[in-house]
Amino acid sequence: MSAIFKDHDADRKVRVKWWSSRVAIYAALITWAIICLFPIYWTLTTSFKLAPDVMRGNMIPWWDYTPRWKGWESLGLSPRLIGEVSTVREEFLKRFYNSAIVAVSASMLAVILGSLAAYGLSRFNYRFGFMRNSDISFFFLSQMILPPVVLALPFLVLYKSLDLLDSRIGLILLYTLMVLPIVIWIMRDQFQGIPVELEEAALVDGLGIWGAFVQIVLPIALPGMVAAFILSLVLCWNEYFFAALLTSTDAKTLPVMVASQTGSQGINWWSMAALSSAAIMPLVVVAIFLEKYIIKGMAAGAVK
Amino acid sequence: MSTEGDLLHTVTADNISESRRRLGRMMVWGSAAVFFLLAAMQFLHDTGHSDIGFATWRPVLFAYLLWATALCGAQVVVNGEKGKRTLFVLPAALFVISLVVFPLLFALYVSFTNWNLASLNGPQPNGWDNMRQMWSDAFYWNALKNMVYYVLAVSVEYVIAFGLALLLNAQIRARKFFRVVFLLPLMLSPVAVSWMVGKSMMEIRFGPLARLARDLGWDSPSFFGTPEMARFMIMAMDAWTFIPFMMIMLLAGLQALPREVIEASKVDGASGWQSFKEVIFPLMLPVSVTAIVIRIIFKLKLADIIINITSGGPGGATDSVTSFIFREYRDRSNVGYGTLLAMVYLVLIVIFITLLLKAVSRFMERPA
Repeated sequence: MSAIFKDHDADRKVRVKWWSSRVAIYAALITWAIICLFPIYWTLTTSFKLAPDVMRGNMIPWWDYTPRWKGWESLGLSPRLIGEVSTVREEFLKRFYNSAIVAVSASMLAVILGSLAAYGLSRFNYRFGFMRNSDISFFFLSQMILPPVVLALPFLVLYKSLDLLDSRIGLILLYTLMVLPIVIWIMRDQFQGIPVELEEAALVDGLGIWGAFVQIVLPIALPGMVAAFILSLVLCWNEYFFAALLTSTDAKTLPVMVASQTGSQGINWWSMAALSSAAIMPLVVVAIFLEKYIIKGMAAGAVK
Repeated sequence: MSTEGDLLHTVTADNISESRRRLGRMMVWGSAAVFFLLAAMQFLHDTGHSDIGFATWRPVLFAYLLWATALCGAQVVVNGEKGKRTLFVLPAALFVISLVVFPLLFALYVSFTNWNLASLNGPQPNGWDNMRQMWSDAFYWNALKNMVYYVLAVSVEYVIAFGLALLLNAQIRARKFFRVVFLLPLMLSPVAVSWMVGKSMMEIRFGPLARLARDLGWDSPSFFGTPEMARFMIMAMDAWTFIPFMMIMLLAGLQALPREVIEASKVDGASGWQSFKEVIFPLMLPVSVTAIVIRIIFKLKLADIIINITSGGPGGATDSVTSFIFREYRDRSNVGYGTLLAMVYLVLIVIFITLLLKAVSRFMERPA
């Protein structure tokens, strides 16, 4: 039996081609999604495993093993221990708190300093000695290539004499320095996209330069600032090198804590997994809810 | 777009009296005098010539902050409206200069000294000894050679990132979901990644990757046993975290492409591959170059993963310069030597990046 309406052979070929390209695209997407997600899944599930589960290579909770709170108990963060006093939890929370304070303050400081500088550079003519605007911009952006290792020893010595070693302030200053060029890069792009006529109108209406900046430009540039802030936050939260060199007991941050525990061999994977999960969770949440801003921040410099 | 500013041109009739100028200058020089006085006092105290002084240099830091504030304030006092404009850039400039330029000068001095941090003598200048030691330090040259490999790996990362960006730019469902998922690795701290992937998933006995490798017929998988394998694994892990970074930049570039051009190429009968090769890729060149250059800059700082997984082994095969110097600082006593290595690295980077940018700008000017 033949259909009354029959597609031409060429049309059928197109359909086959279309379907095969669909399948290929989704297969590639799903493969890469698995590559991205599996380590996170593995870490999260391992934090609920016991030693035999790890050794047998069980993967799927409730299917081939029963989740236990053992890993989280070693951090004092299980339902059973949450009401009790726990020194491990205190320690963990202290590190967590340090990381949060340092990352947030450094990002704030960098966004404030960087936005001001970027605005100035995108609007006015400067001459500091031989340096013109483009030279000043280049000076700021060139800080990006400075490898952290060059600054390590000078800061170690400087902080020792300033009594800033193992202090949050010291880390905040360094991290601000580290992310400042990126913030300036993003914000310069943002400010260049804002028409000057807006400020001219504000000046005509009697605002000063700073008044126009704060009342007119800042509200428009706010999404860009949020993007710069979040990108800085990610970089500061994950920073390890300086934190490992410059902190010891008081100001130690979460990555240093994670790193110091990885050395311990043996199979108490559950506690390491719990610690790692706790360390990555804040940024995973940030990524899920503020993805728009992260992408905006990274795209800012790419497309001119 | 021009960076040479003066877009917002203001003309102001400032009438600044002589006494106001004097006040401004007094602010700057007065606070500078306080700073120098305190610094001199503390220096004499530290070197043992005087009893008056503080336990640490922190009061001197406060004096420096006072001077910096006074300098910023004085801009407005002395220059009026023009000073208010300077005030936008000055804080950031002061911040960077005081935190980069001075430490760099200090590092330059230290790199020509023999300095054991534990001893009380302080740095002992030793001329070109550190330089000679570096010349014959096979591990340092090896680390530099590794950096070349690591930087070359960026090209593979670029290809993958471009492919993913094209996928995300295609007509697909659940685009936001895939975008978030693809972005996730960038959010993870390298230290956590080095445990999650390097130390547990690649663990020889129980790690899922080792199991997979055994199932695929590799009898005794060891991911960090041979130098080549270990280096490849480090590259792969670093690529895993940083591919999203390039991918997002390229995706932004793809989305900013003019639709008409691509449609025109379709109307003209170009196949998918042809329109990619002849239209999309050339149009994407500027974005690609930006993404690659920035990725290389980040790559040159690679250290965290290496420090935490292999600490340079086996036999220095995975060492990056940063991780090598990190161990040098931790293990050995002469920090002057480590600092010299870092300074040499900085010089090499500056030369390399300058050449790279030169080459890129020449390449971009050439008509395609």
